[in-house]
Amino acid sequence: MKPKPYVRVLQYIALGFFICFLGFPLLWLVTTAFKSPRELTTINPTLFPTMPTVDNFFAAMTHNNLGQALLNSLIVAVSTAVVTTVLALPASYALARNRSRLRTVTIGWILVSQVFPFILIVIPLFIVLKNLGLLNSLQGLVLVYVVWSLPFTLWMLLGYVSAIPSDLEEAAATDGAGKLATLIQIIFPLLVPGLVATTMFAFISAWNEFFFALVVIQSPELQTAPLLLARYVGAEGNVQLGPLAATALITTLPGLLIFAVIQRKLISGMMAGAVKG
Amino acid sequence: MADSVASVATTTAPKRRVNLAQRQNRAMWWLLLPSLIPVIAFSVYPLANGIWLGFTDAAAGYDVRFSFNGLNNYAKLLKDDLFWNSFQIGLIWSFSVTVIQFFLALSLALLLNAGLRLQWLVRPLALVPWAMPSVITAILWKLIYHPDAGLLNAMLKNAGLITHNINWLGDFSLALPAVIVVGVWSGMPQTTIALLAGLQNIPYELHESAALDGANTWQRFTTVTWPAIKPVVVAITTLDFVWNFNSFGLVYVLTEGGPGGKTMLPMLFAYQRAFGNGEFGYASALGNAMVLIVLAIMGTYLWRQMREAK
Repeated sequence: MKPKPYVRVLQYIALGFFICFLGFPLLWLVTTAFKSPRELTTINPTLFPTMPTVDNFFAAMTHNNLGQALLNSLIVAVSTAVVTTVLALPASYALARNRSRLRTVTIGWILVSQVFPFILIVIPLFIVLKNLGLLNSLQGLVLVYVVWSLPFTLWMLLGYVSAIPSDLEEAAATDGAGKLATLIQIIFPLLVPGLVATTMFAFISAWNEFFFALVVIQSPELQTAPLLLARYVGAEGNVQLGPLAATALITTLPGLLIFAVIQRKLISGMMAGAVKG
Repeated sequence: MADSVASVATTTAPKRRVNLAQRQNRAMWWLLLPSLIPVIAFSVYPLANGIWLGFTDAAAGYDVRFSFNGLNNYAKLLKDDLFWNSFQIGLIWSFSVTVIQFFLALSLALLLNAGLRLQWLVRPLALVPWAMPSVITAILWKLIYHPDAGLLNAMLKNAGLITHNINWLGDFSLALPAVIVVGVWSGMPQTTIALLAGLQNIPYELHESAALDGANTWQRFTTVTWPAIKPVVVAITTLDFVWNFNSFGLVYVLTEGGPGGKTMLPMLFAYQRAFGNGEFGYASALGNAMVLIVLAIMGTYLWRQMREAK
């Protein structure tokens, strides 16, 4: 069933188009980050820097509170990932082992919540956080992120727990192991890869999030990295492109690294979901 | 003797099972509550409250009282030119991004499934936009569209297609198409993966037998591939449409809705109304209108697909 040669040629031309379309923007970000200010203002910009420099990275780290913003992002993303997983783990176990109506309700909520625009939820949330004194605080932001990523985290974990046969627990029970001992010694170790993937996913979602941060955080010293970057370009006109690209690159790296690690797991999970859905 | 043992077993077993089920039920609730309570308090309740706010004259500020004002917000919406503008732009954006993205992602998924070389390069490239924050994606494309230092103008000038630099994001007629390209780029991963999953689920034998029957590549696509991936296609295009219609961060950072409101998506308009002007009630009404439109379009689309399937 080998395709004809001319089909193969067309296929490679199409593949070349996709490599350019998907790759050039990324390459441009990377090369811009290594260009000197003079090179960035020439009339005929080149794809690769003629004289690569790392000055932009120093400028990015020293100016604009990037260090503080990255630290804020890290605190928020780690807290979100840990709290979300700790809350979702018992719930996912309960839902996986009891085929109740609640499970349908949970999955239904995940789907239904996609239809509602964030504006509907963010205004009341803004009022609630204000009344709780959590507006303009990292704790408030973590609260929002936890609630926002819980349903999806739960759904992911549900898949991992369901994949562990309950015969395993019954076998342990007939061998005289207590319920808790079974959970800790038998089920938990099997869940670790799934838990890692889920935690990292929650981390990336929180690290990348922008809209809620825009509404919840006002003080410059509490800004997360995406917020800092958005305000930086919002200042328009006199934006220095080199440091901007460097900052953007630094902010993308953690997500990319984590993504490279969990890529396979995430995709197989998504694929299973896509086919089942 | 054996009879009596059996009868005891049958009479006691159901009772014990009920107790066990009850105990399990109670344990289940304890496991569920830690995630159920926050989701209800900070997600379900605010959403219900947000829908309700759309029927009030709520405004930002400390201790501001607000009251039910029926359909006043909606009467105001219908007369608001900016509302019509943003919804029209929202539909153009959402429809264009979803359709263009679908065709590109389908081609890419077919290529990735065709056993070509260079997979090691294309697969990660096709996934990177997914791992990027929307703010960074927007900045990335701002650098490409930059009038003086941008890649696009440099390329077009080198090719001799333009002589003067074009301000892509600042031009009244070019801004919307320019942001649509960015929308397509950033949403490629999930659409490609979903379609690829659908393609990989088709048994190879189906293609083989169709080929033996003398079907050419195009016939095999229409008779084998397309029917098999149709459910995935319907699901992912529906989701993409909804996500795009409700999208915010990308265009907010790219253009803030400008120039002259030419890229003012509904969410940007609602955000401006809520947190720029403090019109909480009116912005919530906008949100409700967005839900209605999305549901109407989704309903029509899914209903037509279902009728076709029958």
